[in-house]
Amino acid sequence: MNRGEVAEKLVKAGLLGAALISVAVLLIVVAYIVLKGVGTINLEFLTQAQYRFGRGGGIFPQIIGSLGLVGVCLLFAVPLGVASAIYLAEYAPNNLVTESVRFFVACLAGIPSIVIGLFGLVFLVYYLHLGVSLLSGGLALGFMILPWTVRASEEAIKAVPQSYREASLALGVTKLQTIRRIVLKSAYPGIITGVLLGTGKAIGETAVVLLTAGSGLESFLPRSIFDPVASLPVYVYLLATTGNTSEQLERAFGASLVLITLFLLMSIFALVLRDRYFKRMRGRGGG
Amino acid sequence: MSDSAQRCAGAFGSFRGGLAERLVEKLLFICALSSILIVFFIIAFILKEGIPVLALGPDFFFGMTWKPGQGQFGVVPTVLSTFIVGIGALGIAAVIGIPAAIYLAEFAPEWLRALIKPSVEMLVGIPSIVLGFFGLMVLVVFIRDNIGGWGECILAGWVILAVMTLPHVISISEDALRAVPRTYKEASLGLGATPLQTIRKILVPNARSGILASLILGMGNAIGETMAVLMVIGNPNIPWIPSSVLEPVRVLTSTIVIEISYVVWGSTHQHALFALGVILFSIVAVLNAITTALIRKGIRTGCR
Repeated sequence: MNRGEVAEKLVKAGLLGAALISVAVLLIVVAYIVLKGVGTINLEFLTQAQYRFGRGGGIFPQIIGSLGLVGVCLLFAVPLGVASAIYLAEYAPNNLVTESVRFFVACLAGIPSIVIGLFGLVFLVYYLHLGVSLLSGGLALGFMILPWTVRASEEAIKAVPQSYREASLALGVTKLQTIRRIVLKSAYPGIITGVLLGTGKAIGETAVVLLTAGSGLESFLPRSIFDPVASLPVYVYLLATTGNTSEQLERAFGASLVLITLFLLMSIFALVLRDRYFKRMRGRGGG
Repeated sequence: MSDSAQRCAGAFGSFRGGLAERLVEKLLFICALSSILIVFFIIAFILKEGIPVLALGPDFFFGMTWKPGQGQFGVVPTVLSTFIVGIGALGIAAVIGIPAAIYLAEFAPEWLRALIKPSVEMLVGIPSIVLGFFGLMVLVVFIRDNIGGWGECILAGWVILAVMTLPHVISISEDALRAVPRTYKEASLGLGATPLQTIRKILVPNARSGILASLILGMGNAIGETMAVLMVIGNPNIPWIPSSVLEPVRVLTSTIVIEISYVVWGSTHQHALFALGVILFSIVAVLNAITTALIRKGIRTGCR
């Protein structure tokens, strides 16, 4: 009996240890990047362009490029995703069409990013002649996060209590107006959460951008959406794999730190927003 | 007079409204179809570009040498390496992830869960390039100094991919464990079984299809992962079949990224890289299909 209790304690401690490993890994990686990168961060690093293959200068074009790519990506994926979600949640009867839409959304989510990159390269860059550009990269990222915006929006819309819709319809408001004024207004924090999580995914994505948007070393800002554009992840990739001087590695750490900061800000904001939103929805739906 | 005018306005309004409503519905429907369209386009274009090399048949699918310069496009070493790296990573993720899921589902106090769950979710999204860079700077150096070899090797790939797979294994396994009806557990405890015996004999067996699903999904993710693995596995010039975990290898994704940067567009080599894309896509699609089937099965048995 006593031996059994000791064994239980041991096993429980082992299980706890396993559960803490994921937290530890996250902390270690973030701490390492922060410690190594923080020395590089200064005003010059954030506002200048690089020169001599990353041996000097900063990452201004990379930051702007990454934000631009995410911007194009969101302009494509959010309206399309939200519209798909409204159709699925509010209009569609449960039939073969919606089943297959949901199936293909799941398919798209499962496609490895490198395959989406290859598709972007052959379809956007060569077939549509968009070239290696901001537009190609942004659209390819859009294909990648579209399933996330569809799913998050559908869930958020479905979480709006049915009584809201009924109240609005009973007052003689049309369905379209109900969706616009009531459903979307209640669901938008949930939609924003999904969009933020998708944005975090898009901003760190390397393979897709590498194949469709630019080499990462461009030290100029794009003048139009048809210009190639530098980006943080591709810059980190180039410096980390081909750089061999300490200046290059320092800059790779600095760029990683900026990238991971952007990512963490978006994730934390998204998780907090989701937490609040679902508490509020549960509170109202129940009452 | 004013009454009929109002009625007239009302009728006109509803007519206009009705038209707009139907138009918007059609528009939304078209948007919903876009995902289907994109998937079809992806499959069509990748296949079209891959076909010239897929048509080589056995020389491609069973060929042992990949030397683009000499027109040899054998895929066996690359595919084999991909599975070696994926399965090993999964093994590590399973050994850590399943116990972690059991702890979260059964023992964790609320505050600890509130700490672990978000960090697991964040670990999913951490940019793979950053994780790969960390692996290259820390893990590879550690292996080189303490275990041997060049450092850039299968083992490093296993660890990095295990970290990336872990969150999927933890969340889906935890869901599966929580889906086991409470009455099963209470009956077992009521019969005098200890909590540990209950976990081993009742919870885990009943949640096994969900746990298996999490592992297969994790494997799909590991095989499709590109940047992190690319940075730590070494990528020798010619893909080979490794004989030790301390040897560098090449996987499908890393071969595509490295060679697409210098490939001549329109050459057989370019078609070969797209053919690798077709193989990668097919492997991941099969794994995802198995996952979906297993989760469906898990839900059905859970309800019973």
